[in-house]
Amino acid sequence: MAKKETVWRGLIAACGLFLILLTVSIGVFLCYKGLGTFTLYKHSVWEFLFSSNWNPADDFQGGGQVGAAIFIVGSVSICLLALLIATPFSLAAAIFMAVISPRVSNRLLQPAVEIFVGIPSVVYGWVGLTVLVPLIQKIFNLQYGYSVLAGGIVLAVMIFPTITSVSADSIRNIPLQYQEAAYGLGSTRWQVIRRVLVPAARPGILTGVILGLARAFGEALAVAMVIGKMKAFPTGILSPTNNLTAAIASDMGGAADGGEYNIALWTMALLLLVISFAFILIVRKISSKGVRER
Amino acid sequence: MKKYLSILMVAAMLIGTTACSSGTNASSQTPSSQAGSSEAASSAASSSEAGVTGSCTISGSSALYPLVKNALDAFKQTNPDASVTLNAGGSGTGLKQSADGTVDIGMSDVFADEKLTEDQAKTLVDHKVCVITMAPIVNADVAEKVTSLTTQQLIDIFTAKTKNWKEVGGPDEPITLVTRPSTSGTRSLFKSYALNGAEEASNKSLETDDSGTLLQTVSQHKGAIGYVALSYLIQPNENIKTMAIDGVEPTLENTYAGKYKVWGYEHMYTKGDAAGVAKALIDYMQSDEYGKIMEGLGYNVASKMTVERQDPGPKK
Repeated sequence: MAKKETVWRGLIAACGLFLILLTVSIGVFLCYKGLGTFTLYKHSVWEFLFSSNWNPADDFQGGGQVGAAIFIVGSVSICLLALLIATPFSLAAAIFMAVISPRVSNRLLQPAVEIFVGIPSVVYGWVGLTVLVPLIQKIFNLQYGYSVLAGGIVLAVMIFPTITSVSADSIRNIPLQYQEAAYGLGSTRWQVIRRVLVPAARPGILTGVILGLARAFGEALAVAMVIGKMKAFPTGILSPTNNLTAAIASDMGGAADGGEYNIALWTMALLLLVISFAFILIVRKISSKGVRER
Repeated sequence: MKKYLSILMVAAMLIGTTACSSGTNASSQTPSSQAGSSEAASSAASSSEAGVTGSCTISGSSALYPLVKNALDAFKQTNPDASVTLNAGGSGTGLKQSADGTVDIGMSDVFADEKLTEDQAKTLVDHKVCVITMAPIVNADVAEKVTSLTTQQLIDIFTAKTKNWKEVGGPDEPITLVTRPSTSGTRSLFKSYALNGAEEASNKSLETDDSGTLLQTVSQHKGAIGYVALSYLIQPNENIKTMAIDGVEPTLENTYAGKYKVWGYEHMYTKGDAAGVAKALIDYMQSDEYGKIMEGLGYNVASKMTVERQDPGPKK
């Protein structure tokens, strides 16, 4: 019996260690490749982050420009727009699921949200390309419909289930006494939701929002299909632009391996990793704070 | 007891897969070890039914991919024992992997020394399997009034100096530029030979990942202009029209005659001389028999070119 236990424990520990090793090695690999822009081709971090001159040389001599500001601004603006659209809907849906009608939500809404999560991003992108892009073009009478708005809407639909389910869970986890006490003091249901439940669930809701943001930031395919990939800063929500993930995806096959262009793309990948790492740190901080308050 | 059994089975499966993969490695190495006999094998392949055996992996240019895919259908019928794995992934990937020896053939739109270091490029042998002709394409509504542009007009359009079609005699419509990623082989050919090296206005153009998407984007937007290889235009599409440059229509014949200037070689690179399945396949693609099929698919046969181009060497 004891022997059996050690075998299984060893196996599980090995799996766990392997996972940690995998994560660390991906990080190390990205650093190894991505830092080449600064060490090998002698560009400054400042240039990479704040310059909009993107013209890396596709060879080994270097000497191009690696300003990725357009892609960074593109990523940020599309994600913020997506959050702006998705958060109110998600919050409302979460409150509806957790407080107003748990029974309907268990039968209909919950499965619907779960199915949403499972839809591959290429489907969202394709639907966006065939429905949304022509629609935006027609409504606003534009030259073409590829725009920040289209990207924002597609991403909003994609992150909606993440924010909703995390928020709903955190509302459900609020101790029942909170509600009962509030009702006991004569609150209406709206007052209970607004004054008690939402504030108490705030860390959970924020966690959901940031997880959604992280997903939005890393999404490549769906966004790439609808934003037009123009290498210019967006001038408004109706103008096309480019983002980090789309830029990596479109040039990674063609660029010479180890050349300045290729390495600059790795640096963008490293930046994505750093950003998602920052998101995770923020989530951890928020959730630990929530625990302490309680 | 059952648990141990399942562990054993998993272990057996793992061993099985590693054994399999080492098996394929071994078979891909056989061509080089049998280099002597492969000469005979490949000549047999092109003349009789015998066929070559072994395996071959190919990756690289997405412009050449459809042609090789087509050639493989026929090649596999005469060589049923040859197994060939074909992947796209871009010219840069193809060159790198063939120099590394990860694949047997690397497909590329550009000469190897444009994307590899000098030492890497030296190890590769170039096989020019075909010539590809690039044509500027416009949405059909533009072609009603404009059917030919001068080189200067084309440059002005793609550098966004000319912003409306009426400036070149077309309808009063803003020009929508549709382009390919800056590392694309199609784009670099078009830049070198149609735009005389002028850089496209990336900040004014919509970028598409592949020629198929570009075609679709141009066909759906009025006033759109882009460029694709002729091989993408063999299927009739009434929303798309090709544009002549300086009065010369982009056709296979004009490219052969040296009249039309926007063309480039498609390369298949092998590390050292081609051998085994790789050699048989390249020989088949360069044969007169396949040349006829190739032209039907919109590619030029390299041996019929009356003009030649030299390797421009590493980019400055």
